[in-house]
Amino acid sequence: MISTVIFASLAVYSWKILGFLIPDRLIGRRGRLIAERMTVSLLAALVVLQGFSSQSVLVLDARAAALVVAGALLAMRVPYIFVVLAGAIVAAGVRFLGF
Amino acid sequence: MSRQVISTSLSVGLATGLYGLSFGAIGSAAGLGVPAVMLLSLLMFSGASQFAFVGIIAAGGAPITAVSSAWLMGVRNSFYGLRLNTVIGPRGLWRLLAAQLTIDESNAVSAAQERPLDQKIGFWLTGGAVFIFWNTATLMGALAGNLFGSVEAWGLDGAAAAAFLGLLWPRLKNNLALAGVGALVALVAIPLTPAGVPVLLAAVVALLPIGGKK
Repeated sequence: MISTVIFASLAVYSWKILGFLIPDRLIGRRGRLIAERMTVSLLAALVVLQGFSSQSVLVLDARAAALVVAGALLAMRVPYIFVVLAGAIVAAGVRFLGF
Repeated sequence: MSRQVISTSLSVGLATGLYGLSFGAIGSAAGLGVPAVMLLSLLMFSGASQFAFVGIIAAGGAPITAVSSAWLMGVRNSFYGLRLNTVIGPRGLWRLLAAQLTIDESNAVSAAQERPLDQKIGFWLTGGAVFIFWNTATLMGALAGNLFGSVEAWGLDGAAAAAFLGLLWPRLKNNLALAGVGALVALVAIPLTPAGVPVLLAAVVALLPIGGKK
C-alpha cells in the first residue's frame, strides 16, 4: 500500500508542478487572465460544494445557515477571521439545536 | 505587508487544516494504517485527492482506480500553478516546494490580495499553515479515530464554507456573473456527475465570455 500511496502522490504532484513549468511567455496576458478568472469560478464552485453537498447529493443543512451569517458579516465588513469563526459557531449551534 | 493577510492565512490554515482530523479517522477506518495515512497527507497533500483515494480503498476498489481518481481530482492545481508561477516566480528548489503547497486555499488567499507582496505572503503562509495543521490533525485523527468527535459537531464544515465565501467575497464586485455561473454549474453538476467533475466544469466556465469587467 505504501508504494501505491507514493505513486498516487507523484501522480497528483505532476499536476501541481505542471503549472509552474510552463514558461511565462507561452502563457501570455490572455493565459494569465484566464488563470485569474478560473480562481473566481473555482472558488464559487467550492463554496457550493463545501456548503451544499454531501458526496454526490445536494443537501440543505446547518452549513447553509453558516453561509447566510457569513455573507451578512462580510457585507458588514467584519474581519475575515471572525467570519470563519462565526461559520463554525453557527453550524455547530444549529446542529446542537437539532436541525 | 499587511496584518490582514497574516490573519487570513492563519484562519484559513486552521479552518481547513483541522479537517485533517476527519481524514485521519476515515483513512484509519479504511484500514490503511497510520504510516500510509500520514504519507498521503505529507506527500499527496490535496484534500479532495486524498479523500477520493481512501474512499475507493475503503470501498474495496482496485489500487489503480484509487490512483487515477486521486490524479483526476488534482487537475485544477495545474491552473493554480499557472497563476502562482507568475505571481510568486519561485526559483530552483523553491519551485518544487511551491508546487507541493499549491492547493485551493493557498492560491485563493494569494488571489484575494491586492498588493503583489501580500499575494506572495498569502500563498506561502497559507500553504505552510494548512500543511502543518493538516498533518498534525491527520496524525491525531489516525491515532484517535473519532475520539475528538466529528468535524460536523464542531462546525468545521461551516467554517470551511465561510472561509471559501470570504475569499470569494472581494472579487464578487467585478466578477458577479462569472462567480454566479460557476456556482450554478457546480450546483447542477453535483448530483449528475462523479466527484471531481463539478469543479472541473466550473473551471471551464472561466473560458467562456462571461462578465464584462476584466
